Amino acid sequence: MAQSLKLTLQRPSLWGFTAPLTAAVSAAFGYIAGTSFGNPLVGIVAGAVIGAVLAALLHPMAEKRMMARLGVIAIFFAAGLFATNLGGGIAAGLVGAVLSWFVFWIDTGDYRKGVPIYYTGGQTLWHNSFVFICGLIFFFLIAPLFPVMWLSFNAQDFFTFTPEMLAFDPEGYSLKHYRDFLTTDEWMQPLKNSLIIAPIATVISVSLGTLAAIGLSQSHVPGRQTIMAVLISPMIVPLIISATGMFFFYAPLGNWLELTLGLNKSFVGYVKVILAHAVLGVPFVIITVTATLVGFDRSLTRAAANMGANPVTTFFRVQMPLILPGVISGGLFAFITSFDEVVVVLFVGSAQQQTLPWQMFTGLREQISPTILAAATILVTISILLLTTVELLRRRSERLRGLSPS
Amino acid sequence: MKLSKILLATSAVGVATAGLAYAGGHMATGSFTLVSWGGAYQASQTNAYTNPYSANNPGVEFVWDESSAEAVAKLRAMNEAGNLTWDLVDVVASDALRLCDEGLAMEIDADEMLAPAPDGTSASDDFGDLLVGDCFIPQIVYSTTFGYRTDMVPDGVEPPNDICDVFDLETYPGMRSLESRPINNMEWALLCDGVAKADVYDVLATDEGQEQALAKLDTIRDSVIWWNAGADTPQLLADGEIFIGSTYNGRLFSAIVEQNQPIGMMWDAQVFDLDGWIVPAGLPEDRLARVMDFVNFATDTQRLADQAAYISYGPARLSSAPLVGNHAELGIEMAPHMPTDPNNAKNTFLYNYEFWADYRDDIDAKFQAWLAQ
Repeated sequence: MAQSLKLTLQRPSLWGFTAPLTAAVSAAFGYIAGTSFGNPLVGIVAGAVIGAVLAALLHPMAEKRMMARLGVIAIFFAAGLFATNLGGGIAAGLVGAVLSWFVFWIDTGDYRKGVPIYYTGGQTLWHNSFVFICGLIFFFLIAPLFPVMWLSFNAQDFFTFTPEMLAFDPEGYSLKHYRDFLTTDEWMQPLKNSLIIAPIATVISVSLGTLAAIGLSQSHVPGRQTIMAVLISPMIVPLIISATGMFFFYAPLGNWLELTLGLNKSFVGYVKVILAHAVLGVPFVIITVTATLVGFDRSLTRAAANMGANPVTTFFRVQMPLILPGVISGGLFAFITSFDEVVVVLFVGSAQQQTLPWQMFTGLREQISPTILAAATILVTISILLLTTVELLRRRSERLRGLSPS
Repeated sequence: MKLSKILLATSAVGVATAGLAYAGGHMATGSFTLVSWGGAYQASQTNAYTNPYSANNPGVEFVWDESSAEAVAKLRAMNEAGNLTWDLVDVVASDALRLCDEGLAMEIDADEMLAPAPDGTSASDDFGDLLVGDCFIPQIVYSTTFGYRTDMVPDGVEPPNDICDVFDLETYPGMRSLESRPINNMEWALLCDGVAKADVYDVLATDEGQEQALAKLDTIRDSVIWWNAGADTPQLLADGEIFIGSTYNGRLFSAIVEQNQPIGMMWDAQVFDLDGWIVPAGLPEDRLARVMDFVNFATDTQRLADQAAYISYGPARLSSAPLVGNHAELGIEMAPHMPTDPNNAKNTFLYNYEFWADYRDDIDAKFQAWLAQ
C-alpha cells in the first residue's frame, strides 16, 4: 500500500505530460513509417494518436509493467505482420518495445532516476537530452555497418534490399557471397597476400618501433623531438603523397634487387610492399610504447644493472614484460594498418601482391558485387576481435601499472 | 613472463619464415601479367583466351591486374621509374591512341604479328578500319547505350525507343543516369535538339554548339545522377532509383539475362567503342616473344568468337561474326544481344576518336564547370 502510494505521488500528470510526450515520440516513428508508405503526413497524425492512446491505456498498468509491455509488443508485431510482412512485423514490434518503454519511463517518473533529487525540470531535461545525444552519436558511428552486414547475405548480385529480404523470406537470403569469397582465387589469393604481408610488416614495425621508443625515452638523446617527428611523419603526411614517394623510391631498389642480386620478381614485390607497410606501422608502435614507458620505473633497470644483468638481459627480463601490453597494442594497430591499407599497395605492389583491400577497391569500382560486403563483414569481425584484445590488454596494463612501484 | 616471451618470439619468427616461404614457393617463373577491367569482362577473357592458352602452354601462369581504368597513368609512372611490371594491357581505343602517341605502347604490324583469318584474309583486312592508330589490337566492339526499368514505364505509354525519350521528362518521368563526362552526352543532347546526325560534330566543334548541348542537358539536369563506373547504372536500375540510364551494353545484358532484373534495352543512338590490347613499349626480348605468341593466339578468329559466348560484346574481326554461338552457361542465342546485330544497330554512332582527341580537354573543362554550377 505504501509502495503504491509513493508511486502515485511521484507520477506526473497523464494528459499534461505523459500523453503529449509519447504522442510526439510516436509521431516521429509515424513519420518514418508514413514516408515508407508514401504519406508522411498521415503517418505523423496516426502516430500521434496511437501514442496518446497508448499512454492512456498503459497509465493504469504501471504495476504490471512487464506484462503490459509484452502485450504492446505483441499487438504492434501482429499489426505490422498483418499490414505488410514478417519484416514489417519485426520493425513494428521494435517500435512497440521502444514506445511502451518510453511511456513507463515518463509515466512512472523513472526519467528522474539518473539525476539528483534537487534538479529542476530544465536541468532534468538537459540531462536526458545529453544522454540521448550521446546515444545518437554512437548510433551514427555504428549504424552504417549494419546494412553492410545485412546486405552481405543478399541472394541477389546487387547492393539492394530486395522485398524478400525485407520480408525475412529465406528465399531472399543466401550465403553465396561468402562462398564466392571463400572459394574463388580472385578473393583467396588477395587474402593470402594480406596474411603474408601484414604479419611480417607488423613484426618489422614492432621491433623497430619498440627500439625507437625506448631510445627516444632516454633523456640524453639529442634532438629527441625532431627524431620523433620524423618517425611519426608517415602518420601525418597524406598517404597519397607517401605512396607516390615510395613508388619512386622502391622502384629502383626493386630493380637493383632483381637485376643485380638476381632475386625473383615476385619475391622482390613482396619485400617492397612489406617494407612500405612496416614504415606505415612504425608510428603506431612508437606512440603506444612511448605511452607505456611513461609509467615504467627507470630505477628497475638500474637495479637490474646493479645485480649484474647486461642491458640486453635487462631489456628482455625486466623492461619488456612490463611494456608488453603497449608493444602488443602497437603491433595490433600496425597489423590493422597494413591489413586495411589500399593506397600504398596500389602504388608499390604489382598484381601478384594484390591485397584484400586492393581487391575490394577494384571490385567496388568495376562490378559492385556483394562479395565485397561479405569480405567487409569478415574484416569487421576480425577488427572487432583485435580491438577487443587491445582493450583487454589495456586493462591488464592498467592493473599492472597500479602494482608497479612508482 | 618467460613463457609468453618465448611464445611471442617463436610465433613472430614462425610467421615471418612461413610467410616468406609461402611467398617464395608461390612465385612462378613464367608468370605473365595481364591488365584488364575485372568483372564479367575479365572472366570472358579468362575463359576464351587464357584457359585454352594455358592448356597448350602449361608453363605460363597468368596474373591479372584489374588496373585498366588507370592504365595510362600507371604506364607513365612505370616508364618513369623504369620498372615495367605489365606484359599486356587491355585498354579502350582512345587510351591506346594516347599511349601510342606518348611512345608507351609498341607499334604493331597487324599482318606480320596477328593471325590471318581461316580463309586466308589478312589480319589488317579482317579487322578493317577497327585498327585505329598504330599500336591498338582490337578485341571487341562494345556500345554505350540505355537500359530502362520495364516496370516503371508509365501506363499507356510505349517503352522508350528513341534517344530523345531520355530528354522527355513529361512522358517518361523519373531519374536518369548519365556518365559524368561530355563524350556521348553532348552528341545525344545535340541530336535531340534538332541537329542532324551528320552535322553533330561540326556543331559541337563550335562554342555555340557546346553551349547548345549543355543547354539541352540543362533541361534534365535536376533528374540526372552522374555515374563514373560501369557498374553504377545497373545498380541504380536494380534499386529502382532511376528509370533509365546509360552504361555499357554488356553490363545491362548481365543484369537482364543473368540477374533477371526487370530491365529493357534501348539501343537507339548507341555509341560504338572499341576495346583491345596494347603491348607496353620496352619489354625485354624474352617477355616480348611470350606476349606476341599469346596475342597471336588470343586475337585469332576462333578466340574472338569464343569470347562472345561469355559476354555480349561483338568480336572485332569480320570473320568471327558467323562463329558467334550460344551463351556458354545459359545456352541462349547471343547474336540478338550483340550491339552489332542489325536489329539493334539501326541508328548508331562510332566514337569519334579524332574529334575527341582534339576537343576533349576543352569540352571536358566546360562540361565539368557546368556540372559544378
